[in-house]
Amino acid sequence: MTRAVVTGLGIVAPNGIGTAGYWANTLAGRSGIGEVSRFDVSRYRYRLAGEVGDFDGPQEVPARLAVQTDRWTHLALYATELAFADAEVDPAVLPEYDMGVMTASSSGGNEFGQREISALWTKGPRFVTPYQSIAWFYAATTGQISIRHGLRGPCGVVASEQAGGLDSVAQARRWIRSGTRLMVTGGTEAPLSPYAMTCQSPTGMLSDAQDPASAYLPFDATARGYVPGEGGAILIVEDAAVANGRVRPYGTIAGHAATFDAHDDTSGDGLRRAAELALADAGMRAGQVDVVFADGWGTPERDRAEAEAIGAVFGERGVPVTVPKTMTGRLYAGGAALDLATALLAMRDSIIPPTIGIGTPAPWAAGLDLVRDRPRPGALAAAMVLARGFGGFNSAMVLTRDGCGPDQEDR
Amino acid sequence: MTDFTLTDLLGLIRSCGAEFDLPIEQAMDTPMAELGLDSLAVLQIAALIEQRTAVPIPDTILDEWQTPRRIMDDVSDRIKVA
Repeated sequence: MTRAVVTGLGIVAPNGIGTAGYWANTLAGRSGIGEVSRFDVSRYRYRLAGEVGDFDGPQEVPARLAVQTDRWTHLALYATELAFADAEVDPAVLPEYDMGVMTASSSGGNEFGQREISALWTKGPRFVTPYQSIAWFYAATTGQISIRHGLRGPCGVVASEQAGGLDSVAQARRWIRSGTRLMVTGGTEAPLSPYAMTCQSPTGMLSDAQDPASAYLPFDATARGYVPGEGGAILIVEDAAVANGRVRPYGTIAGHAATFDAHDDTSGDGLRRAAELALADAGMRAGQVDVVFADGWGTPERDRAEAEAIGAVFGERGVPVTVPKTMTGRLYAGGAALDLATALLAMRDSIIPPTIGIGTPAPWAAGLDLVRDRPRPGALAAAMVLARGFGGFNSAMVLTRDGCGPDQEDR
Repeated sequence: MTDFTLTDLLGLIRSCGAEFDLPIEQAMDTPMAELGLDSLAVLQIAALIEQRTAVPIPDTILDEWQTPRRIMDDVSDRIKVA
């Protein structure tokens, strides 16, 4: 079967823009979480977030696009430029119907929408910009990437909340297997506008801590919720047979599975099944996975469910587990996409980035071999990324390093 | 009478993201699409002109506003009538 490989990464994260800066900060355990600075957050219950602080959207994307699009799209357009450069691909010289776009989004252009709704109620309907019609909705980012780079093959958007970063890449792999030569995939999110923060508030899952260093501590005995963040990653995925020789791929998308929980199911059984099915899809055994990038929700009940799922699949302390998103917060549709990029960098450099801030693991997390505070060196042939979304989404993806894995006989 | 100048129009066009490096006389007769402005941008320009001049602009002008000069002439006429 056609092998789908990742050839380019474009990273826009709270702790680094661009692969080199992000990766250096991540290995060093530098966090991008702090008090929200983009608006006065003093009246809000939840004040901490992972902002992509140095990213000024209108400076980084063409003016015409900047006025038409939300910050979430600005982040993705910029990440796409980085990813194409990294993959050493110029889409302008490739057949336009051989390339497509599949991104994830979980809240659309909420900042843009807030501004226009505000104009509607304070000034009147004639003051709502016509761009509202194209800026807010989930597919806007995919559409703008497609238009900007002339990618007229399969395009779409996946909305599976925080599992979307994996599910979009899985869909991209399907299109590669169906004969598309190149896909732009992954996801970004910009959920830190006042309106978006208000929407997240009632879930009861955000951390109300005031200290950025102890606000988001998945698997810790004091876990009290998560910190939201913005940004994500865009990946260039190609047919290995086409990419071969031009650039060395980071790795192969070897397996994926998604499951869905009933709303009252807190067992982690769905996540376990997703992990097992992703392994089966990859044709691999659990013992062949060298690291798990956990979802790490950060609430006791969900952390426990995930710890049990990982234990059931990999055995007690059976695989190193890490949650680098402790340095970024949870980026919604961008989070798992960033985890994929991080896992590929980990395999490239044979080093597992750390989970930061954990003081005392919760008793039920004792069976996890959590990589804490400092990176852990060691050869990594395969990685699993886990992701869950609000409402019951579970997703698991297996990546294999270039040259490793059971489906590499074409090399 | 409300004042609406060429400078006002060019400012609005640029605020909608048009990026061009032409002499003004040439830009005035350049199709909006070639200035980087699609139909939504023209709608936005119409809304901004309406806000500035308080002269109603119907959405149906879209097809007629092919160049900045057509916009300028049309807006001037509407201001005179108003």
